[in-house]
Amino acid sequence: MTKTTNDVNALAVGANETRADAKAKAQGREPYAADYYPDGVLWAGAVRPGARQGVAHARLLAIDTAAAAALPGVVKILTAADVPGTNRQGIVHKDMPVLVGDKLRYAGDPVALVIAESREALRQAIGLVVVSLEPLPAVCDPVAAMAEGAVRVHDERADNLLAAAEIRLGEGAQGLDHCDVVVAGSFSTPVQAHGFIETENGVACCAPDGSLTMTISTQAPFRDRMEIAHALGLSFDQIRIVAPCLGGGFGGKDGATVQCLLALAALHSDGRPVKMVWGREENLLAGYRRHSCRVDYRLGANRDGTLEAVHCRLVYDTGAYAHLGGEVMALGMEHAGGPYRIPHVLIEGQCVYTNNPVAGAMRAFGVCQVTFAFEAMIAELARELGIDPLALRRQNALLPGDTNCAGVVVGESTGIADCLDLIAGHPLWLERAAWKDAAPPGTQRGVGLAAVFNAAGYGAKVRDSAIAKVELTGDGQFVVHNAVSDMGQGNAAAFVQIAGHVLQQDAARVSVRQPDTATAYPSGSSSAGRTTFTFGNALIVACEQLKARLINRAGLLLFVDDDSTLTLVPGKIVHQASAREVSLARLAGFLRDEERSCLGEYVAPLCPDPGTGKGFFIGFPHVVFAYGAHLARIEVDLSTGQIRVVDYLAVTDGGQVINPAMYDQQVHGGVAQGLGYALMEDLATRDGQVLAGDFSRYLIPGALDLPEITSVACPGEESRGPFGMKGIGEVAMNGPLPAVANALADGCAIHLRDAPLTPERVLLALESLAEESSQ
Amino acid sequence: MSEIVFELNGEQTKLAVSPTRRVIDVLREDLKLTGSKEGCGTGECGACSVLVDGQLRLACLMVAGQLDGHRLTTVEGLGESPLGAKVQTAFAQAGAVQCGYCTPGMEIAAVDLLSRQPDPSRDEVRAALSGNLCRCTGYVKIIDAVCQAADVLNASEDAQS
Ligand code: FES
Ligand code: FES
Repeated sequence: MTKTTNDVNALAVGANETRADAKAKAQGREPYAADYYPDGVLWAGAVRPGARQGVAHARLLAIDTAAAAALPGVVKILTAADVPGTNRQGIVHKDMPVLVGDKLRYAGDPVALVIAESREALRQAIGLVVVSLEPLPAVCDPVAAMAEGAVRVHDERADNLLAAAEIRLGEGAQGLDHCDVVVAGSFSTPVQAHGFIETENGVACCAPDGSLTMTISTQAPFRDRMEIAHALGLSFDQIRIVAPCLGGGFGGKDGATVQCLLALAALHSDGRPVKMVWGREENLLAGYRRHSCRVDYRLGANRDGTLEAVHCRLVYDTGAYAHLGGEVMALGMEHAGGPYRIPHVLIEGQCVYTNNPVAGAMRAFGVCQVTFAFEAMIAELARELGIDPLALRRQNALLPGDTNCAGVVVGESTGIADCLDLIAGHPLWLERAAWKDAAPPGTQRGVGLAAVFNAAGYGAKVRDSAIAKVELTGDGQFVVHNAVSDMGQGNAAAFVQIAGHVLQQDAARVSVRQPDTATAYPSGSSSAGRTTFTFGNALIVACEQLKARLINRAGLLLFVDDDSTLTLVPGKIVHQASAREVSLARLAGFLRDEERSCLGEYVAPLCPDPGTGKGFFIGFPHVVFAYGAHLARIEVDLSTGQIRVVDYLAVTDGGQVINPAMYDQQVHGGVAQGLGYALMEDLATRDGQVLAGDFSRYLIPGALDLPEITSVACPGEESRGPFGMKGIGEVAMNGPLPAVANALADGCAIHLRDAPLTPERVLLALESLAEESSQ
Repeated sequence: MSEIVFELNGEQTKLAVSPTRRVIDVLREDLKLTGSKEGCGTGECGACSVLVDGQLRLACLMVAGQLDGHRLTTVEGLGESPLGAKVQTAFAQAGAVQCGYCTPGMEIAAVDLLSRQPDPSRDEVRAALSGNLCRCTGYVKIIDAVCQAADVLNASEDAQS
């Protein structure tokens, strides 16, 4: 067999190593949670009567399970009365029942859990459960929900306001009074579905001793344990969560989906395994989604283009339950001034309960909403001032040492100006005029920009830490015990690459074990651009310790008393001077089991309180940010209003690059999801009812809908990150909507304030523009 | 229940199964061939793509009875053909795999395309993959992978001829 470079060379950070998981996935061998079908498995599913009966808010009067229970193959039907513990789940606020006992707060609220012998029996039984509801007036508009006397979503709360906060810098909104130019606009952004291809699912089994083992498609196995323990009155050590690779997550598997329902089912399944898989319709109804947002802006500058003041109001609709609504709002607010220097700032945020489906975490949460508005305002300001839009951004771009709109002094790794400079020198920008002139008949071409940033990490008051474990196996291989789920972003492969680099081992000698609460250590969720940053730092510590220990023990075997003369190389430790060596397999046999692994711990830096915020609970502010500058070139069909994105360029400052291909993957994916958000995605509801139940009515981009996407890494280094990197999973999501909207304004002189930018909206705007100009 | 006989990844296979059972369930649950994925169950995502007599089909929209007497190839058997193996290698090397949940279906669609059109343009690749949704990649590296597989294939055929 011929050896590839990967077989003989140690893995190297910065090199384009093939993703460690790619081969198994390409061969269909990687096991996902959905792939587990244990022998004798039962099926569990929830009864969600609100959607079936067309009500979003209702008093639960009675549940008649007789007909369903009589169906052959039905094992058990459980209701709220069967839930031990608090029957409440939620990441920050425990406000979401596992099974509703008193009232439905949205169309997807579950009132009963059916366990059956087969999927067919389950489906039929769910249909046979008769639920009597007394409809209540529903409040589905976040602004109406804040009005005096509005219907309350949670009876025990005084009003529907989940969170309200403000950020004030300098003179606040008064700063606008002495600006030469002020632009203003009101914007709205749609609900977006994560659209992961593997829907929410898991399988669970309860042993005779009461211990639960669950395999879940989850971004937060350790938090799941806490959620389940709290909701069902169990102790942590009774619950073991295994988290294989996810078929996509994007935030939607952060927080309880199937977890508590499935654990409850397992407790009632007499030791048999039980499986729950949400279909696509259930995913679109009961899965989490991106918060819709209303945004009002005023942005002021001096004649020379210096940004002076910004005032904005943000209203996020969190739906029936809190999930991370307050934190989503906080993060949006923290980014509402863009990656710019602005001395006078007032940002007001509100996050509101409604009877809509539950909004939660989704890639770039809170931020992509405000970026749309802010970057449209910047473009408008450039037009008003007659300044080139790139130059205006560059002139105001945050530089290291500047203070951002949250009052945080930004560090060395603040590359937005460099990102913009790379756009400025790129042919797609330089040759834009000729390209626009060459628009085919019946079309108009435009070029738009967006400057974006996204914080990484949990933010203030939430410890962002990880505990990594690396092990030398008995036969001389290395295993990284990953503790933060890999939802596809490739953190597990990055961990292999980091471990291989530090331990000087080749790809064949390093593998990863996916998260398992029985063998790994609590390390937080796979989210917030913190996964590789935090766990990677912990892993470096663990690997360095293990390396030093192995070298030291090899010294005993090789009669070498100076560790510095020994080198760890693929498969062995060598003493160059004497040409003596010991293989890792042999060395492993020399070590006690507990000596063969090392733990490394890391706590991410927290931001000192800048004293600019009021009303924040947790998660404000942050210290590490990824930056990006995006450019979209679009062609608009003037007869259909269809926007075709022809070219897309994303320049990203993510510090040092651990793996160039994986870096591009994250950027491509963020841009793709962002273009879906810009052009077509809208998980609309009417009176709290979700209108789409499948991918024919909730459209996500296919291969024909997206352009070639060019990803450029802006050189930089975040000294606190592992090997100088910082997380870039989210930042790219923020660019496409504003870049495309700005391209539309550039090409067609229409200014759409409501996303997505559908053909209907484009056509309407073109028509009213034509009317205006004919008058 | 009835007995169906078909060729599964090159092996004659006999199965006692309800003829109306969905092929995706037969594969994943009954035969534990979980490489084929279900992303929608309604024919819109392509994650369940398989080859029936060498042609692209959706296993969520087929029933077991339709397999009787036919030749079925899933991602698990794809690597046995030179074309399938090259496609799988190209997907891994070109960075076309992220979460990997769409990957088996994408590869099946790619093999279907390359067996009809061994030297496709990028636009032809896009069109051929348009029935397969990927939420992770933006498709760029998937298209790279298909073009790479075509190049490798054509180079090895040139070498042989
Ligand atoms: S599962 Fe068959 S097309 Fe989606
Ligand atoms: S790689 Fe995740 S859906 Fe395609």
